[in-house]
Amino acid sequence: MAEFLQFAFSGLTVGAVYALVALGFTLIYNASGVVNFAQGEFVMLGGMSTVFLALAGMPLPFAALIAVVVAVAIGLVLHRFAIEPARGAGPVTLIMITIGASIFLRGAAQIVFDKRFHSLPPLFGADPIRFGGAAILPQSLVVLAGAVVVVTLLWAVIDRTLLGKAVIATAANRLAARLVGINTRRIVDFSFAVSAAIGAIAGILVTPITLTSYDVGTLLALKGFAGAMLGGMGSAFGAVVGGLLLGLLEAFSAGYISSNYKDAVAFLVILAVLFMMPQGLLGRAQVERV
Amino acid sequence: MARNHIVAAIGIGVSMLFAASHQASAQTKIGAVLSVTGPASFLGDPEKKTLEMYVDAINAKGGVNGQKLELVIYDDGGDANNARTFATRLVEEDKIAAMVGGTSTGATLAMIPVFEEAQIPFISLAGAVQIIEPVRKWVFKTPHTDRMACEKIFADLKHRNLTTIAIISGTDAFGKSMRDQCIAVAPKYGVSIAHEETYGPRDSDMTPQLTNIKNAAGVQAVVNTGFGQGPAIVTRNYRQLGITVPLYQSHGVASKQFIDLAGAAAEGVRLPAAALLVAEKLPNSDPQKPVVVNYSREYQQKTGQAVSTFGGHAYDGLMILTQAMQRAKSADKAQVRDEIEKTKGYIGTGGIVNMSPTDHLGLNLSAFRMLEIKNGDWTLVPDAGS
Amino acid sequence: MRALLDHRLAPAVAIAVILLLLPLVFPSTYYYRIAALVFIFALASLGLNLLMGFAGQVSLGHAGFLGIGAYAVAIGATHLGLPCWLSILGGASLSGLIAFTVGRPILQLKGQYLAVATLGFGLLVAIVLTNEAAWTGGPDGMLVPHLVLFGFPLHGPRAWYWIGGVTFVIGTALALNLVDSPMGRALQAIHDSEVASRMLGIDVARQKLAIFVISAIYASVAGSYLALLNELVTPDVSGFLRSIELVAMVVLGGMGSVVGSLVGATLLVVLPQVLTLLHEYEQMVLGIVVMGFMIFLRHGIVQGIAAVFGRTRT
Repeated sequence: MAEFLQFAFSGLTVGAVYALVALGFTLIYNASGVVNFAQGEFVMLGGMSTVFLALAGMPLPFAALIAVVVAVAIGLVLHRFAIEPARGAGPVTLIMITIGASIFLRGAAQIVFDKRFHSLPPLFGADPIRFGGAAILPQSLVVLAGAVVVVTLLWAVIDRTLLGKAVIATAANRLAARLVGINTRRIVDFSFAVSAAIGAIAGILVTPITLTSYDVGTLLALKGFAGAMLGGMGSAFGAVVGGLLLGLLEAFSAGYISSNYKDAVAFLVILAVLFMMPQGLLGRAQVERV
Repeated sequence: MARNHIVAAIGIGVSMLFAASHQASAQTKIGAVLSVTGPASFLGDPEKKTLEMYVDAINAKGGVNGQKLELVIYDDGGDANNARTFATRLVEEDKIAAMVGGTSTGATLAMIPVFEEAQIPFISLAGAVQIIEPVRKWVFKTPHTDRMACEKIFADLKHRNLTTIAIISGTDAFGKSMRDQCIAVAPKYGVSIAHEETYGPRDSDMTPQLTNIKNAAGVQAVVNTGFGQGPAIVTRNYRQLGITVPLYQSHGVASKQFIDLAGAAAEGVRLPAAALLVAEKLPNSDPQKPVVVNYSREYQQKTGQAVSTFGGHAYDGLMILTQAMQRAKSADKAQVRDEIEKTKGYIGTGGIVNMSPTDHLGLNLSAFRMLEIKNGDWTLVPDAGS
Repeated sequence: MRALLDHRLAPAVAIAVILLLLPLVFPSTYYYRIAALVFIFALASLGLNLLMGFAGQVSLGHAGFLGIGAYAVAIGATHLGLPCWLSILGGASLSGLIAFTVGRPILQLKGQYLAVATLGFGLLVAIVLTNEAAWTGGPDGMLVPHLVLFGFPLHGPRAWYWIGGVTFVIGTALALNLVDSPMGRALQAIHDSEVASRMLGIDVARQKLAIFVISAIYASVAGSYLALLNELVTPDVSGFLRSIELVAMVVLGGMGSVVGSLVGATLLVVLPQVLTLLHEYEQMVLGIVVMGFMIFLRHGIVQGIAAVFGRTRT
């Protein structure tokens, strides 16, 4: 039982990061139809910017805030200068653009930051909490709490505000949204900005546990994407569930089956789920208009 | 119509290559193919900085044999295919006299046939023992082999009467290669391996694997083979889970930054390392002290980063090469190769090097020091008779 | 003359002519190596283009087949004692078989789901290749011996320039024929609308599977050649970044353009060689180049240049 709890917490901690990255994927996809492979770089930017700003002498909370602002700014630039001009291009072209953006951001990070890996001090100290025979880092709870707060806030905005309604409208049918007077360009800006912020926050919260370096983005983007697909692309709740599930799958495979093949098992499960439910766990059935 | 496009494309391609090729010059060219970006950049970056620093320093003093050195560095991005392409380019286009590089074993193995065929001396900076075993005429290396690291750890285990261990290794080339060597060498020291786990080099949490190790019966010590962030995370997870048996890291840890990242969890961790890491703490009688203290200070000053043993290997490679060139009094490839092979008593960051026609590494077990982390800093463990 | 240029196989002939003429301008073996790499990657990206450009499916794990072909040669020679040409054929058959088995369920997925499934496939291949060290040599890879044909050892960039080039010309000719055949037209119909094609009586699942298998075989042969050229295989031959590189070659050159595969491969093999002069700015510039090409030449270079000349050809 103790191991089960330990594996579960390990999976939930890592899964929370995947969930936030997956959420970012879904937000942008819903608003603009683009699968943004640069999503992982926002996580990297959040963590690395905070580290370097703190090293330069800025107090930590300030550094974190500026880091999020930087990530948001880059998200907006990405939309305006890379995605917007290519609107109307095929989906693969758009994916290639985001991949080009992630290569660019990684290359820039190597120069602006450095190639070593870094950490941040945890919020509530490094002593683990013993619970049911398992040892849990307080920062894990912070990450999970942060994920819950982000998702709740996002839900509140989307569901309860006019802005949120506009986002839903843009996702449903862009042309129709424009016809009712919604500035869809600003809405997509908003979704990029929010995705970037979510990614950056995830990066800042998780760096005390997982460390950060200039190239953490690639693998995170891959896993976040897989998590989003597992949960069903288009469903924000599905993205979160998918991300958490992926983290748990990895942890349980590493613990119970084989640490060599943990990634393989996780992907096999994703493939199995997709074969049985081609829209993912919670995705809407895609109707092809004839 | 399509034909025009093809011709244009290839024409552009070829002319781009012409633009990229270097002209031959009167300087002595030294080539370096390093993994400056990609998964091995943790190793390649200090190597690049070191080579650049010291080629500049040598040139400032007038160069070698009266000729300035020109360093040609290419970044293979951690890909063996690219390494091979750049090796061909160094030989054919840049016409180098010698090569110091090959950050990873894969890249080195890919490049060896190119340099053997071109008969150019190649000093590799990679760790695996296959690079010099079997001995190849033109290939040398400066880093200790992973087999030596295992032997150093096992000797210490024996001294502490620990016989049953668990191994947790990274699935990258460095981690896997050292794990294989440790398994091969274990019986010689009476060590048996009770349990094994692995983790991906970019994984961020190893608590599932360490939980399994904690629950495995009879484990008296744990050895972690890997480099980069993995060892730091393993160390932190280790303390998080409250595992009390001794933890050994490997020389892949390479820099003081490990202690900063692992924090209080690093207390009591032991690892085999080059003298470079404990430069200031060496007794004054230690012949390596002046070299490592100098290099540490200069590297720290120039780059603002803590010194890394991988950078140290590049330093040794460059020095061995240039000293061989000086002894040969020329840059002639065959003569330089012969002089490299005759290197005796070279005191470097990795140890004291004595090469021979059957030993293209030249280090023995005494080149490794056993270190223990106490109070957030390295300390030397007195040699148990390695 | 125009009839000659418009002939279906004209591009293949053009490439053959270039193949024969290029060595006249090559100053050293380095250029042969670059060209050999271009032809090898062009072969793989041609297969992927058939899948992505003509049939409209997406594959983010195609380097998996590259890896299967590459390791087939390594394992065949080291563990099974097979002559190299037999290993190449064996690898191609194995890739075809795996594509056939895996393709059936995977190709039922659409869009991003297909993308993630192929991504998973590529990662699985890479993981197996890294972990099964007893067969594959693990993360350090395996050495590959030289190709020996009728008792003559063939190795070195020059040999592979010719072998790769000739194979690519043959592959192009086959692809061009395929595109103009009933199967090719069926694939384009599927690309435009699967529902409509079904109504016309096209067996959509079977056609998609067939092209998946064909594209896998192209990639496998390319992978085998790569292994023999480098005399070494490492697991990152089938890694995610390699798959993305192949997709980039297809998209940059022009999806749906057979010649586009060659152009895309040329760009992505030659560009890093040029950009390496920029040292640490290489990655940034590469990212900008990829983005720039995709934004301004969104249908690929070949279509872009064709549009300039005022004629478009699909």
